[in-house]
Amino acid sequence: MAFDSFSAFIAMEGHGPYVWSCYAVFFILVAGMMIWSARRNRAVIEGCKRRFDQQQGTSGRDARPKASATFTRVEVSQD
Amino acid sequence: MWQFFHKLGSPKWFYGIATRFMPWLLASGLLLLAGGLAWGLAFAPADYLQGNSYRIIFIHVPTAFLAQSMYIMMAVAAVVTLVWRMKLADVFVKAVAPVGLVFTFLSLFTGAVWGKPTWGTWWVWDARLTSMLILLFLYGGVIALDRAINDEKSAARAVAVLVLVGVVNIPIIKYSVNWWNTLHQPATFKLTEKPSMPVEMWVPLLLSVLGLYLLFGWLACLRMKTEILVREQKTRWVKDLVMAGRG
Repeated sequence: MAFDSFSAFIAMEGHGPYVWSCYAVFFILVAGMMIWSARRNRAVIEGCKRRFDQQQGTSGRDARPKASATFTRVEVSQD
Repeated sequence: MWQFFHKLGSPKWFYGIATRFMPWLLASGLLLLAGGLAWGLAFAPADYLQGNSYRIIFIHVPTAFLAQSMYIMMAVAAVVTLVWRMKLADVFVKAVAPVGLVFTFLSLFTGAVWGKPTWGTWWVWDARLTSMLILLFLYGGVIALDRAINDEKSAARAVAVLVLVGVVNIPIIKYSVNWWNTLHQPATFKLTEKPSMPVEMWVPLLLSVLGLYLLFGWLACLRMKTEILVREQKTRWVKDLVMAGRG
C-alpha cells in the first residue's frame, strides 16, 4: 500500500480531486457504454422476436382480405 | 486461407463465434482492468516529481492507446470494405466508431485534468493534444457521415474513404512528441526499449491496457452483433436464432 491511511488514499496529497474525477468519468462512460450497448442489443432482439411472432400469427391464413378489383372505368371526354 | 477469409465475411459465422467468445472477453477484461487500476491507484509508488496526480496515467494511457489502435483497425476494415466489399468490415467500422469517440474523449479529458496540477493549465495547443482533438473530430465525422447517408452501400463506401483519409493523423499523433518538443511527455512504452518507469508502475499500466483491450473486444462483438441483427433481420438464420431464444 502506497498510503498510510484511507483518508490519505482519498486525499492523494492534494491531488485527490483530479485523480478521482478522472476515474469517476472513466467509470461512468465505460460502464454506461457497456450497459447501453447491451440494452440496445436486447431491444433489437425483442423487436425481431415480436415481428416474427406476428408473422407466425398471420401465416397460414392470409390476414389481408383479397382485394377486389379496384379498376373503374373513368369516362373522360375526348374533345 | 481463402475459405477462412470468406467464412470470416459471413455474418452468421461471426455471430456464432462472437457469442462464444464474449463471456471470456468480458470476464478477463474486467478482471485485468480492475486489477490494474486497483494496483495503480493504491499500491504503485507515487511519482517522485508529479506525486499522486500521475495515477491518472492508468486510465489516460489505455484510453489513448485504444483510441488510436481502434482507428487503425477501422482503417484496415475500410480497406477490406473498399477492396472486397466484405459486409462484416463495414459492420465493424459502424459498431466501433462510437466506442472510439468515447475513448478519445476520455483520453483528452483525463489528459486535461492531469495537465492542471502538472503543467498548470487544462489545455495547450500542443501538437499531441491538437492531433488527438482531430482524432476526436474524425470519429465524430465517421459517425455523422454514416448517419447522413441512407443507402447502406454508399454509406459504407463514403465512410471507408473518410476513415482512410483520416489515417494520416495517426503517425502525426504518434510522432508529435518527437517532432515538436512541446509540453507532452514522450511515450512511456516503446517496443524497442525497456519502459522508462519502474516495474511497480508499468506492470499495472500494462494490465489496464490489456484489460481495456479485452473489454473493447467484448464491446465490439456486442455492438457488431446488434448491427448484424438489424441488417439481417429478414433472413432465415436470424429468425431461427431469435425464435430459439439464443440471441
